[in-house]
Amino acid sequence: MSCSRRKFLKTTIAGAAAASVPLSALKFISPDEVRASVGDEKTRWVFLVDTQKCVGCGFCVKACKLENEVPYDVPVTRTWVERYVVTRDGQTHIDSPDGGREGYPTAKMNDEVIDPKEISKAFFVPKLCNQCQNPACVQVCPVGATYQTLDGVVLIDRKWCIGCGYCVMACPYGVRFFHPVHKVAEKCTFCYHRISQGLKTACVDACSFGARQIGNLKDPNDPVTRVIMNERVAVLKDEYGTKPQVFYIGLDKEVR
Amino acid sequence: MKNHALRPLWLALALVGTILIVRHFLVPKDFGVHGRNFTYGFHRLSSIDEWKAFTVKYKGKEYCADCHEEKVQENLKSKHRDIQCENCHGPALEHPDNPEKLVVERSRELCLRCHAKLEYPNSNRGSLKGVDPASHNPEAVCSECHNPHKPDREGL
Amino acid sequence: MEELFVHGLEWTTKDLFCYPNEFIYWSIQIVMYPYMTGLVAGAFVLSSLYHVFGQEDLKDIARFSLVFSLALLPVAAMPLLMHLQQTLRAIEPLLTPHFTSAIAAFGIVFSSYALIVISEIWFVYREFIVAQVEALKDKPGAGNAVMRFLYRGMTMGAYDVSEKAIATDHRAVKILAAIGIPVACFLHGYAGFIFGSVKANALWMSPLMPVIFIMSAVVSGIALCMLTYIVIMEWKKFSTTLARGRGDQAVKVLGGVELDVIKKTSRYLLGFLIAAISLELLDLIFRGYTAMKSWDILRSVMYGKDFINIFVLQYGLGNLVPFTLLLLPKMTIRRMVVALCLVLYGVFMMRWNVVIGGQAFSLSFAGYMHYHLPIIPHNLETFKEGLFGALTVAVTPFLLFWGINKIIPCLNVPKID
Repeated sequence: MSCSRRKFLKTTIAGAAAASVPLSALKFISPDEVRASVGDEKTRWVFLVDTQKCVGCGFCVKACKLENEVPYDVPVTRTWVERYVVTRDGQTHIDSPDGGREGYPTAKMNDEVIDPKEISKAFFVPKLCNQCQNPACVQVCPVGATYQTLDGVVLIDRKWCIGCGYCVMACPYGVRFFHPVHKVAEKCTFCYHRISQGLKTACVDACSFGARQIGNLKDPNDPVTRVIMNERVAVLKDEYGTKPQVFYIGLDKEVR
Repeated sequence: MKNHALRPLWLALALVGTILIVRHFLVPKDFGVHGRNFTYGFHRLSSIDEWKAFTVKYKGKEYCADCHEEKVQENLKSKHRDIQCENCHGPALEHPDNPEKLVVERSRELCLRCHAKLEYPNSNRGSLKGVDPASHNPEAVCSECHNPHKPDREGL
Repeated sequence: MEELFVHGLEWTTKDLFCYPNEFIYWSIQIVMYPYMTGLVAGAFVLSSLYHVFGQEDLKDIARFSLVFSLALLPVAAMPLLMHLQQTLRAIEPLLTPHFTSAIAAFGIVFSSYALIVISEIWFVYREFIVAQVEALKDKPGAGNAVMRFLYRGMTMGAYDVSEKAIATDHRAVKILAAIGIPVACFLHGYAGFIFGSVKANALWMSPLMPVIFIMSAVVSGIALCMLTYIVIMEWKKFSTTLARGRGDQAVKVLGGVELDVIKKTSRYLLGFLIAAISLELLDLIFRGYTAMKSWDILRSVMYGKDFINIFVLQYGLGNLVPFTLLLLPKMTIRRMVVALCLVLYGVFMMRWNVVIGGQAFSLSFAGYMHYHLPIIPHNLETFKEGLFGALTVAVTPFLLFWGINKIIPCLNVPKID
């Protein structure tokens, strides 16, 4: 009996070792190969939003949908604009009709007419994926379908995503959704296909008021970097420890 | 006494082995840890190139200027100089090959995106010139009186 | 617009301000998933009470719950397969597991657990299987031949049924049952971890979540096994009383032993129930006391919109009432059945209140979302993520059990020859 127990334990340990082989099958590629393919480590993309300048025209939302093939009439979007109206009685009214896709052509909010004389402050807040430095969405993906590039952009592998939705639940900012056609997770990619060729993102180009800007944090001469380093900027929900890389000028305490 | 007690273990190992073999065929060869670390860099490498190869749709005003030079020049002298042509006309794509013609949208909604007056203090929107859509020529189309490319008040 | 299905749009209504991309993404199938895995874990723990701790009078119900946990195992994967947007890629967590994700590690743990249950059943039934191979040897008929072939495969070549070999079997069972308990806890702790580690969700984020899930899982598993066991035994008693001439004997056997076994098992149920309730109340009290940023919206959801779901249905009907019923003297089978049904309902409501409740408020903390369970399906999505999808999952373990019981019977039937 005792010899069978010993043998049993021995083979169990051997079995456990064998079962750990999948881990060792993870491949590590040479640094040069990595640099060549995952992007320049001299770049860290960051975004700057000026809520003072945003007028709520919604052209950014429209441009993003058309540039990135997100179905237009469907209520999911890679980027959106929120409207905040704070009235003198201390109430905050917030809305985002279709994500601001058609702009804000009326002062009516949630079927309520607000007397302009009662407004103490009102502003628009564009939002998009924060391309966090420590993205919670990447951490929770069970299959490695979403990942962070070396230049800081979080992307989704449409061919590998199983559509479990864990990343959608894990994002504190609500920027992720299921693509209605591809049926996998989807989110803003900082127009990676454009910025990799030296273009700006579709939303940055579409904004006529300069409320949206993209830059490289590792370039000290980049105008966006200059603002982030020298002026007062804020980020959304930093209490979650995700280290978001979209910086806001004029962010208000009312912003959710 | 043959130790039959280990038989289930062999079965388990056989299953693990099967999964490993299946894995060899099903997992793309470039799947692994790239970039920062296992937490943030575990993925299929070629996915990045697939994203880089995504079609660019919006070309920008300089692209329009190639053919529509006069219009662009006129626009650049006006208050609408900072607005992209494609904001209103849609993405250029391979225009003029494909699509042959771009949208010429004349709806009120397009202009009201910016020019529906909203009295918002401390927001750029508040200082934008605008109208009350319900009372300002509600039956008309804006471009009947205003030139969207050069919206000064000449010839109103 | 068939292919432009926005997942969650159809069964979500939003109130006040929610982010544009917010919908109820994790719906009824994600409620079913921890519920089914919990039943598996609980059934296994119940069977281990006999196999590890030698509680002799639990022998029959232990054997039953072991087999029933096997019937529940594949069903635990069903809700996931129905939920995944890309079901055909379901094997990927086993191919490229990203271990920083609770769901990835879960795939491995679950597979290991399945192997443990199957191995334990093999050791428990090996003697029986070998006996069947012998007994079916000379029986005519294709059905018998198929069964014999099946049993031969199941022996895996181990035909030795000497005392020594059987003793080895019992030893192995004990070891597997013992290993199985922490693995079952791990398995269900992981399910709790899946929710508890989501920092973005104010209701889910809690270190207590894994433990709460384990406790309520064991509660539900024990309750389901007890309930199914009672129902089957009572049905058999009923059908034997109908059969002329044999009814009396069967009735006597069932009446006496059953109540004792049930009473004893219910003590364990009570213990775990107390643990589960305490932890949940602790979580609630802590949240209210520390009153973090999310407390306002959580309170308005828990005390307002979801008050009935949480306090009346889950804590009241699902915990307090069965708790009382179990403690009252002069226990009867009928009262036990009521208590067990309520317990099962209570654990289901707990899963519902966690999964759906966690999505009842917006990330903005300034809006609400309401879940409308699709009842009548009109496309694949509303079937999979609707009432009928859930019912399919709920019914399958009983169908599987019926099939498995034909191969490895686990219900002690009085000898009829």
